[in-house]
Amino acid sequence: MGLLYGLIAVGLALIFGLMDVTNFAHGEFLMIAMYLSFFLFAFFAIDPLLSAPLVAAALFIFGAVVYLLLVRFAMRAKANAGMVQIFTTFGLAIVMRGLAQYFFTPDYRSIPQSWLGGKTISIGGIFLPEPQLVGALVSIAAFAALYFFIHRTDFGRALEATREDPGAVALVGIDKNRVFAFGWGLGAALVGLAGAIMAVFFYIYPDVGASFALIAYVTVALGGFGSVFGAFAGGIIVGLVEAVTALVLPPSLKSVGIYAVYLLVVFIRPRGLFGSI
Amino acid sequence: MDKNFAARRRRDLIIAAVLAGLAALAPLFVKDVYVQNILILTLMYAALSQSWNILSGYCGQISLGHALYFGIGAYTTELLFTKFGVLPWFGMVGGGVIAALIAMGLGYPFFRLRGHYFVIATIVIAEIGLLLFQNWEWAGAAMGITIPIRGDSWLKFQFLRTKLPYFYFALALCCLAWFVTWWLEDSKWGFWWRAVKDNPEAAESLGVVVFNSKMGAAAVSAFLVAIGGAFYAQFLAYIDPESVMGFQFSLLMALPAVLGGIGTLWGPVLGAAILIPMTELTRSYIGGSGRGVDLIVYGALIVAISLALPRGLVSLFSRAKPKGATR
Repeated sequence: MGLLYGLIAVGLALIFGLMDVTNFAHGEFLMIAMYLSFFLFAFFAIDPLLSAPLVAAALFIFGAVVYLLLVRFAMRAKANAGMVQIFTTFGLAIVMRGLAQYFFTPDYRSIPQSWLGGKTISIGGIFLPEPQLVGALVSIAAFAALYFFIHRTDFGRALEATREDPGAVALVGIDKNRVFAFGWGLGAALVGLAGAIMAVFFYIYPDVGASFALIAYVTVALGGFGSVFGAFAGGIIVGLVEAVTALVLPPSLKSVGIYAVYLLVVFIRPRGLFGSI
Repeated sequence: MDKNFAARRRRDLIIAAVLAGLAALAPLFVKDVYVQNILILTLMYAALSQSWNILSGYCGQISLGHALYFGIGAYTTELLFTKFGVLPWFGMVGGGVIAALIAMGLGYPFFRLRGHYFVIATIVIAEIGLLLFQNWEWAGAAMGITIPIRGDSWLKFQFLRTKLPYFYFALALCCLAWFVTWWLEDSKWGFWWRAVKDNPEAAESLGVVVFNSKMGAAAVSAFLVAIGGAFYAQFLAYIDPESVMGFQFSLLMALPAVLGGIGTLWGPVLGAAILIPMTELTRSYIGGSGRGVDLIVYGALIVAISLALPRGLVSLFSRAKPKGATR
């Protein structure tokens, strides 16, 4: 479960953590991805696992378009840039939820039959549900890819440089908007991947994103902004804490443990565990 | 500058008095209960947003967890009223004091945090409060509390036949929050807060006690918001954790100030005056279908205003006002 939070958080880690842009619509990106894989399944009978790359590609385009149409202008605001970003993306989230309600109705949907749904696998006597296991593996792969991407490729360096100093980057011939649009696309594609896998074992409804978004923010902040590894570690810690809390407290209070651990961590390390900003 | 500032402050006070006077006369013309309801909510959100603005606008500590104080105000009042028969007036003040104390208690660790880490911490603490109240059996858990009807009276702050007393109380609360902001703007605190917002290190080096000024802002802000919470509980006669402590509420409190102009005296009032009627009207005219069209319109407007006017709606008036007004 922790790695799933990690998977949702990895896209956010890129947008929120590495580019330092607030995205309050992250949960809604997840929601859209889940609906996409639901409809691909319902109309074309494509298993969510197969359609995951399609969903990720669609979300990539969506993320880049959102950046180019909205976020670009929000970042240009001379005053209150932080609040403008928060409320622009929050407004977007409300619109997306409204659109989902309009087109998909508020009904709960689920994918009844899929390759992975409901199956378990036994590893050394421990039974693990398959979808979660696949989610965990994809999550590790996604983190590894992102880590490599940020630290080993020109694009990754360009991204970090653009956050640090957009003016100087422009001088050496990097187009800030192209870099960030690509970053947003990539972040959205990652959450698309998460959505495609989660569609297998979660109900899909217009507000589904909200319940995961806050945990994703906490995960990223817990690990520390600006650190891919931090978000990964954050995801694992959040999962473990949730599991432990669920043993001690009633299930309805399981998030309290996660929140308490976040507070504890930032009180001791105000920049999260591995944060650099 | 000094002379301008003083003149502007005097003018602000006069404008406020005139507006409050006009608002007080409004019920003479507005008999429709639905419209009265909108007016009451508008005034309440203006008051809440004004209070939020003290900590987040003037002092620059963006809190998205003010629903916690709102909920504490509502719950303190109603728990005292339903369990011990304490009059809501005492509960209201008690709730305010408790909220202010909690705000200061939280301030100790919280104000060390910066930027996103601080914002997320405020969201998280309100969320913890919400979950705790949802699981607190004695306080009604997720079912909430229905406030028993004890008849119309100012003493019990309960009115069944008319909404007017609520209207006047909301107006008074709005005036109070505005006046406190107005008064603090020109006080030592007001200047400290703006210094802390602009550059905490520089402020510290000039002898501003940064930590204490944040604490002061948090306490005043929480106290006023809790009073708003107590009012809301009496007004609705029913509360449950989600409806008084949900994250949505924290955003709704911040929204008028942000749209109107964050860190300005008139921003929250202006923002609420436009936003709340708009919300209510879209909800009742196009929200009836249950298909989320109201959400689409509402969200799109928020996006449009935040993008078009990053300084808020007050910036439209900035020519009429000297620049100090928007600082």
